[in-house]
Amino acid sequence: MPIEIPKDKWTGSIRAVTIGGTSAEGGTRAKSVTVGGQTSMPYLHYEALTPNKPVIAIEIKSHKPDDWSPLLAEAWGEAMAEPAQWAKKAEEAGADIIVLALTLADSPEDAVRVVKSVLSGTGLPLIVWGPGQAEKDNELLVPVSEATKGEKIVLGICEDKNYRTIVATAMANGHLVQSRTPMDVNLSKQLSILISDMGMPKDRILMDPTTGALGYGIEYGYSVMERLRLAALQGDAMTQSPMIVTPGFEAWKTKEAKVGEGVPEGWGDWKARAINWETLTAIALIESGADVLVLRHPESVKRVKDAIEELTIPA
Amino acid sequence: MALSGIQIYKLLPQTNCKECGFPTCLAFAMKLAAKQVELSACPYVSDESKKQLAESAAPPIRLITLKAGSEVKAGNEVVMFRHEKTFYNKPGLFIRVKASDPDLAKKVAAADAYKVNYVGMDFSIDGFAVEADGDLTSAVKTIRTVTKRPLILMTKDATLLDSALSLLAGESALIYAAESSDYEPLADLAKKHKAALAVKADSLDALADLTQKIQAKGVEDMVLDSAAATLSASLTRNTQLRKLALKNVRSLGYPIIAFPCDAKDEGIAAAQAIAKYAGFVVLSEFKPELLYPLFVLRENIYTDPQKPIQVQPGIYEINAPNPESPVLVTTNFSITYFSVANEVEGSGLPAWLVVTDAEGMSVLTAWAAGKFDAERIAKAIKGFDLASKVGKKQIVLPGHVAVLSGELEEELPGWDIRVGPREAVDLPAFMKQALN
Ligand code: B12
Ligand code: SF4
Repeated sequence: MPIEIPKDKWTGSIRAVTIGGTSAEGGTRAKSVTVGGQTSMPYLHYEALTPNKPVIAIEIKSHKPDDWSPLLAEAWGEAMAEPAQWAKKAEEAGADIIVLALTLADSPEDAVRVVKSVLSGTGLPLIVWGPGQAEKDNELLVPVSEATKGEKIVLGICEDKNYRTIVATAMANGHLVQSRTPMDVNLSKQLSILISDMGMPKDRILMDPTTGALGYGIEYGYSVMERLRLAALQGDAMTQSPMIVTPGFEAWKTKEAKVGEGVPEGWGDWKARAINWETLTAIALIESGADVLVLRHPESVKRVKDAIEELTIPA
Repeated sequence: MALSGIQIYKLLPQTNCKECGFPTCLAFAMKLAAKQVELSACPYVSDESKKQLAESAAPPIRLITLKAGSEVKAGNEVVMFRHEKTFYNKPGLFIRVKASDPDLAKKVAAADAYKVNYVGMDFSIDGFAVEADGDLTSAVKTIRTVTKRPLILMTKDATLLDSALSLLAGESALIYAAESSDYEPLADLAKKHKAALAVKADSLDALADLTQKIQAKGVEDMVLDSAAATLSASLTRNTQLRKLALKNVRSLGYPIIAFPCDAKDEGIAAAQAIAKYAGFVVLSEFKPELLYPLFVLRENIYTDPQKPIQVQPGIYEINAPNPESPVLVTTNFSITYFSVANEVEGSGLPAWLVVTDAEGMSVLTAWAAGKFDAERIAKAIKGFDLASKVGKKQIVLPGHVAVLSGELEEELPGWDIRVGPREAVDLPAFMKQALN
């Protein structure tokens, strides 16, 4: 007797979101990147094809970070001191998008200058993060947003305490926003509601559910993402944004990735382990529905991209 | 599928004789449905009813145990997504070795001895998969001189298998793998040696067909290989298999075996197998830098979402502290506790580590949830009567909750409240420099 394969019939779908403005839209990006659009749980091609593959963003900083793992410094070399160079190298390494993280040391003028230089160094779409302190974020992101009208940048990071100014400037200048909440389905929905209530079109919101690294809370992020994706497919409009996650940031914070000496022998070769840490964190998140993955090491980027190719070819 | 109380009631004698200790058969049926009593408490159930009840109580995915000196279990899962309940039986990680390998004993011994600790739990590999590209019998003999872990025997040669399995009397090994063209002798051997049998076919129809034929030959313990070669194919097949099994398609209700060792990127394929429904995972070789992250991923995915891994609140004495040693404060989330305890231990410096009851939450999570504040910390310090143990009365707070220091000074007059670094990695340096 032939087996009948059960298929879920979903009523909802993930919104398609396009990042990056080409000359047609008044920007300068060589091409834009579209994510989202799914109508099934991740990569179940017997239910529905994957309309847009997940994409990789590589994270660079406006100033050479002094607290990053030496393995990352070794991978990027001199380019780390020069954001435009770094972005170019990231593009060569396979990035689909560049994440530029500004720092507390940047003035508004510096911020605008460095964003412009990165825009000229690469044709890829851009995500720009403030340094992560509410006031400073606003102080830097508003002028950046105004100076880059048409580029369709993703401005981050909007959190419940600090989203109004960023959303307002993104709306005024045609950009997108990254909406971050701490690993909770209801908080994700709430912030999406607050942001769209301001008048932000829903197809200009990326949802950042927050993730933990492998061994440091990934299971919470993993399950929150599965639940968000299920809710979205069941038709909950406030969970239908594509998801952006930061496995690079999380994994490279861990001792397993950062430290090569004085660690248990059972951890094995440092470099291979560190890259596995980032890569496996990313893969687990891809399985649970990530659309944009922000990574740091070029080797992880290559491995994750190959995996995405393999996953998105219908079986 | 589990039967409801009413459905069970229909299978009972319905005489309300009360011998089971319940006033009516219906009351007993309700307790049975809730799994609070055993069927054997009723002496009058017919054999036919017993059979039906046993079938309905069988788990949708058969529990398969591979056993030698240690054992590994797969199956008995009940959900598609871990948040729906939890995943139960962590997939066994096996290392593939070749019978022809001149270094077989050495390689097996190295992998066998491997042990790694993650938040207080020791992990080691679960067994070996032996490829019979040489003399299987002598390979198994060699392997059994260095390890007692369960084995998967990878050959279709019935003669070889028969003699190898004879060496493994009393164990439950796994034979890999029966296909439609050759299943009969392998099924006979599985039965004879009480081994589990892996069943391989490249469509679900063919798999179901084959497991039924093998079951008809009297073999109950099977493991499925859906012969999927890519990430996409294995995700699809494994998802379909899990779904069908949970819908009570008995012919597919067995654990799945995966072979990341043959994938383009072994680590990625293994990670997917762990997250997405594999019960046994075969790796190509012993590589700690991959095994460790895979063990951690497996632990994370199989953690019960309802209860974070915790440690007991209390005072932990690290490196034999004395009254002059500082008091460090943290929460009882396992990951938090071990990050801190490992660093302090590694520094060689003595300290009293006070672990507060923060309901298993990390420092910032507990703080945001109101489970780690000045009042609770002060209560813990007083409750554990630290004042009687220390003279210096110096408390170090995690850097992430520096804001608590003022309030804590008010709660604990006479104590010197210090703010430590944000990350545990920086604790040893802080203890050396700032605390002396
Ligand atoms: C996983 C997680 C959760 C999990 C819980 C995990 C758990 N068992 O605790 C879940 C999903 C349940 C959760 C829930 C919430 N979370 Co939460 N969560 C996280 C996340 C992603 C990781 C936390 C973690 O496990 N860290 C790893 C552990 C090891 O870190 P740690 O305990 O801080 O320990 C380190 C240091 O503090 C230091 N240390 C520890 N002890 C000591 C002691 C001394 C003396 C010293 C010197 C150092 C030291 O060493 C450790 C290693 O360096 C963080 C964000 C992030 N990426 O950090 C948010 C985060 C902590 N959560 C946050 C929030 C707001 C919440 C919620 C309130 C959200 C909500 N309203 O639902 C809830 C609260 C819980 C509740 N009400 O039930 C916020 C806190 C914001 C803030 N600054 O106040 C964070 C920072 C996210 C964010 N950016 O907004 N969360
Ligand atoms: S012992 Fe059996 S027959 Fe008697 S009341 Fe209980 S369930 Fe009914």
